[in-house]
Amino acid sequence: MIIRVGHLYPEYLNIYADRGNIAVFLHRAASRGHELRVEPITLGTRLEPGAHDLLYVGGGQDREQTMIAPDLAARAGALREAVEAGAALLAVCGGYQLLGRGYRGRDGSWLEGAGVFPLETLAGETRMIGDVLLESTLEEAPGRSIAGFENHAGRTVLDPGCETLGRVVAGFGNDGGSGYEGCRVGRALGTYLHGPLLPRNPWLADLVLSWALAHATGAGPQPLTPLSDELEQEAHAVSSARARERGGRPVRS
Amino acid sequence: MSVRLAAETAAATAVARLSRFAGRGGGTTLPGKLVWMLDPGAVDALARRLPGGGVLVSATNGKTTTTAMASAILSPTRRLAWNNSGANLASGVASTLLLARDAELGLLEVDEFAVPEVIRRTRPRIVCLGNLFRDQLDRYGELEHIAERWRAAVEHLADTTMTVVNADDPLVAVLAEGREAVLRFGVDDPTQGRDGLQHASDSKYCVRCGHPYRYDAVYVGHLGAYRCPSCGHARPSLDIAAREIESQGLEGVAFTLTAPGASARVRLALPGLYNVYNALAAASLCLALGVSLDRIVSGLERFRAAFGRFERFAAGDRTVLLLLIKNPAGANEALRTLQEGDVPPVVVVALNDRIADGRDVSWIWDVDFEPLLARATRIVATGERAAELALRFTYGGLARERLEILPRLESALDRGLALTPPGAELVVLPTYTAMLELRATATARGFTRPYWEQARAS
Repeated sequence: MIIRVGHLYPEYLNIYADRGNIAVFLHRAASRGHELRVEPITLGTRLEPGAHDLLYVGGGQDREQTMIAPDLAARAGALREAVEAGAALLAVCGGYQLLGRGYRGRDGSWLEGAGVFPLETLAGETRMIGDVLLESTLEEAPGRSIAGFENHAGRTVLDPGCETLGRVVAGFGNDGGSGYEGCRVGRALGTYLHGPLLPRNPWLADLVLSWALAHATGAGPQPLTPLSDELEQEAHAVSSARARERGGRPVRS
Repeated sequence: MSVRLAAETAAATAVARLSRFAGRGGGTTLPGKLVWMLDPGAVDALARRLPGGGVLVSATNGKTTTTAMASAILSPTRRLAWNNSGANLASGVASTLLLARDAELGLLEVDEFAVPEVIRRTRPRIVCLGNLFRDQLDRYGELEHIAERWRAAVEHLADTTMTVVNADDPLVAVLAEGREAVLRFGVDDPTQGRDGLQHASDSKYCVRCGHPYRYDAVYVGHLGAYRCPSCGHARPSLDIAAREIESQGLEGVAFTLTAPGASARVRLALPGLYNVYNALAAASLCLALGVSLDRIVSGLERFRAAFGRFERFAAGDRTVLLLLIKNPAGANEALRTLQEGDVPPVVVVALNDRIADGRDVSWIWDVDFEPLLARATRIVATGERAAELALRFTYGGLARERLEILPRLESALDRGLALTPPGAELVVLPTYTAMLELRATATARGFTRPYWEQARAS
């Protein structure tokens, strides 16, 4: 099966090793006999309705994010339609913020987002930096462990009743206070976790791939053949130990 | 010297002796931390004692090597207060100024984040700024944030302070715009241009208008000859340039150093275009100090490597080459240098995640390891985050049977040596704290001497 991936603004949003996430999708799809075709979508590129099974948005520095934000906001309709039609979407860090309704700067400025996720982000005084450990709140995998790294000044506040990615075991999460991390709408996931996210959380990569495959085939999501994932589990164990040890505490700069 | 400063100096010097005596390293930062704690203003007074003033050097990559090269040029004729052991925060600078009692000139390598504080306190006569790459985002924050701090610090420099900047880095070159006393250096040899910007390059958008730059040549990361097709902002003209560059693999690199009114051929004993940039920075700051081109060339040619950056030592009938990696741009250059020589059969890569390494290890995914993965017969992943490296390598296409994972550094070094045929070289690519530990192991086995002894001897 061919899985069509739209990678949004890869040359602007790539600050936290987003290509690691793409590499994981490529290899895990290939191990199951599927082919991932990644198409960059950048300033001025048209987003064809129904042309992608999986959309990926990474994180960028403030300057780069400001550069692409208007272009992304102009795609709000197309992105929401894609998600409503069952395409999978993964947005990390800055991409997560930009797919909310908007970002309120410390000077009161408002950066319009694409509104895929029902949330808003407010710039904070300090950055929340460190290792993170979550327990998944996804209905497909309740309680499963997710380990990553976060580095964000924005406090993301979800509308009441929103689905999240996970409950924070160690670290800060969405806003450092709610105890939850990430957001889910249909087959769209947004999260602050990089590291990158997928190499050390392979089951999550497989879940998103199964959604993309479901969109590609038009059938319901089917679980993928398990892989050995020995190294992945080892990396996950080290990363979650780090979060338990030192997650959620301010780092001296 | 005031009574208070004299008392503090005496106390801190005693602490340095004690620290060395207790085997806690070279006593390089403890006395400075003490002075810093007792009286940060003492640093101002210590800096004012230097009759020749101070030179400040900062950059994401190459500040240690640049400063060491400058020392090789300057030390035959001037007594230096040089923080040569990598203690480059304000407290390390304080220690150096304290302990170098009869120094004439301060030669200060300064951490990017500490630049504003050290400028404010030491009021250097020359500020040399090399480059800005993404580096340890968990510690330094975003590139723009560092650039903003540098901008504010440079604005407060006295008009008489000379700024030496790398013209090939747009974010750095722009800092000198509008200043009177400026020296701009850069590479001028399009034959050395890379195919294009590397993955995840920084600063590729015009500092004025945000449009992507067009490059006539890309040399290292985003460093090169750039021009904005939209607003015309371009690399400024070069006062000091490297031309006719000739790589000699891992053995070194030669180039023609062109300064106003003179030029000379330089043969560096260090490899890589990034070391040409370091040599340019060192040459420029020495020219700003009035050193002759002849002395600069002989100093550069005499120079071997700075601590842990490019060090070769004998381990029985094999050699070990240590090449520090710490961020994508620096690691990519180290890897490119390896590929210019014969790719070694065995490579040990060591990843730690302490504060000095960066706790966020995601940067390894932005390093272009792929050519190495395709050519090395065996790779040993080690360090506290060996498992993460193993994932980077296997997802990068390395077959599982060509990968070994040994988190303990010493075991990995032994395994690497065992896999290396006699007479051949083992290449080790460690992050900062892994480098310190590997060096300590090498010292314990009699491979090398400790760094503070070596620094004194040179």
